[in-house]
Amino acid sequence: MKHTSVLTMLMAIAITSPATADKLPSPEEMWKIIQQQQKEIEALKKGQQAAVKQAADADEKAEAAVVAVEESAAGGSGGNWADRTTIGGYGELHYNNIDASDPANDNKEIDFHRFVLYFGHEFTDDIRLFSEFELEHALTKDTSDGSGSGEVELEQAYIEFDLQDNLQARGGVFLLPVGILNETHEPNTFYGVERNDVENIIVPSTWWAGGAGLSGQHANGISWDVAVHEGLEMPTSGSSAFRVRSGRQKTSKASAEDLAYSGRLRYTGIPGLELAASANYQSDASQMSGDGLDSGLLLEAHAVLEKGPFGLRALYAEWDFDGAAVAAADADKQHGWYIEPSFRPFNSVGVYARYEDIEGARTQDRFDQWEVGVNYWPHEDVVLKADYRNREHDLASDAGRDFDAFDLGIGYQF
Amino acid sequence: MTRLLTCLLLFLCAGPVPASGTYQTPEDFLAETFRDNLPAAQVLWLKGDIRETSTAIMGHRYPAIRVRYWLQDTRSAWILEETGKERPITTGLVINAQGIERLRVLIFRESRGWEVKHPFFTDQFPRIQLTAERQLDGPIDGISGATLSVRALKKLARLALYFHSQVVTSNDAAP
Repeated sequence: MKHTSVLTMLMAIAITSPATADKLPSPEEMWKIIQQQQKEIEALKKGQQAAVKQAADADEKAEAAVVAVEESAAGGSGGNWADRTTIGGYGELHYNNIDASDPANDNKEIDFHRFVLYFGHEFTDDIRLFSEFELEHALTKDTSDGSGSGEVELEQAYIEFDLQDNLQARGGVFLLPVGILNETHEPNTFYGVERNDVENIIVPSTWWAGGAGLSGQHANGISWDVAVHEGLEMPTSGSSAFRVRSGRQKTSKASAEDLAYSGRLRYTGIPGLELAASANYQSDASQMSGDGLDSGLLLEAHAVLEKGPFGLRALYAEWDFDGAAVAAADADKQHGWYIEPSFRPFNSVGVYARYEDIEGARTQDRFDQWEVGVNYWPHEDVVLKADYRNREHDLASDAGRDFDAFDLGIGYQF
Repeated sequence: MTRLLTCLLLFLCAGPVPASGTYQTPEDFLAETFRDNLPAAQVLWLKGDIRETSTAIMGHRYPAIRVRYWLQDTRSAWILEETGKERPITTGLVINAQGIERLRVLIFRESRGWEVKHPFFTDQFPRIQLTAERQLDGPIDGISGATLSVRALKKLARLALYFHSQVVTSNDAAP
């Protein structure tokens, strides 16, 4: 009873209080407020519908723009010139610190050994140009005796035709299908600051020639290459007599009196394994008859194994020349071999050891050599190298050329 | 000798000239993957974290604003491209809960690195998954002389596995 009385009293105060009665809108005012709010709601709805339509329009335009970009990027042989042209290259700087038995043969040198640019162009899906332009030893001077240290060379320039899906023909200047390094020698792809001496002296890498060739590949992993091309023009006198490397004509007004023929059989049907054998026949290795150097035959075989962190390279190459003069000079049989185990525990670091044994034409090219070193790849296309070499010559008369060497190198490809 | 070489050349050149380097069209790859039940294509926009991570995996910006994919339950299919030595390799990849189900080179446009288009190489990829560092969790042995093509396919494998982890997560979370 007491509570009810208090409540009734409070209600009476609220109803009769002049201030409360003023705040409450009248029914007419309430109706106006409701109508105003209804108008605002209608306006908001219209605005929302317009915004949704705008968003849909924007979506449609964005989709059209993306489709246009995607179609433009589709490229192919129908694309513009830039889409069908590629530029690449590689380079390497060497530091050699050679400490020879005879100090007169010591050598400390820094040399930008190779600066190479590739240019490629696709004329159609089936016809393409590949070219390689090289500057060796940073500069070249035109000296009367040709003794300038640098060289500017056109190492490759050929047109390749796809005759069938797995059959190509090429014509121009190209790398001969022989050895491990001859076709793949970007610095980040091999161990050691300097390329191995067996392929340098015996193969002789890098070896290129002008001619024509055919290549085929099979689904079982077997591939083959044949080529006919300019031959060697080996000197038969002087300090480089019968030296194979000195016989490379480099397709510079090359004599084509006596052509040469190359063939290779290669197996890469097991990932991590390459087995290959090559033959090169020179119909006359000096391009001149009657000088005591006639035909020559190179046989080369190699194996490359890369399984997990372990790697192994092994190669044997042998030249057999006919001719009285080359036989008299004890240069009719030139050969070499090497073996190179490696271990790459991380993607960025690898270590290796190499043993090579070479019997070249000159006595200074008859030696065996041990080498150990490390490659560090801060990026897959950049490499820093360090190695130690110990070379011992076969003949006592060349003992002064024996050396220990420490080398550093930096290389890249792009 | 000349006659023999001519005959050999004609023999080697015999046969029709197929479309350059197309081993399976993307459409046939998808039809083979999903049989008669091809799902509608969806789109993964390469923006934000996805753009950043895909760039880290590829070593460069993947040249697309978005990529299409086909998703059925927890199985996705992707058609991706990466340059080998000079030209793009178009690759079809199927990912499932166990990792890579299949990797197939659809279009190969180069004469070097040809080995990577064959099963003796691509058969290394099934059941490979992605580690926390977004590397492949198993070895893929390379092909001597095909380093750049091998590298391209390994990157695409990582990319497809990463993309799969993004779309399966987002689809599972969708109301």
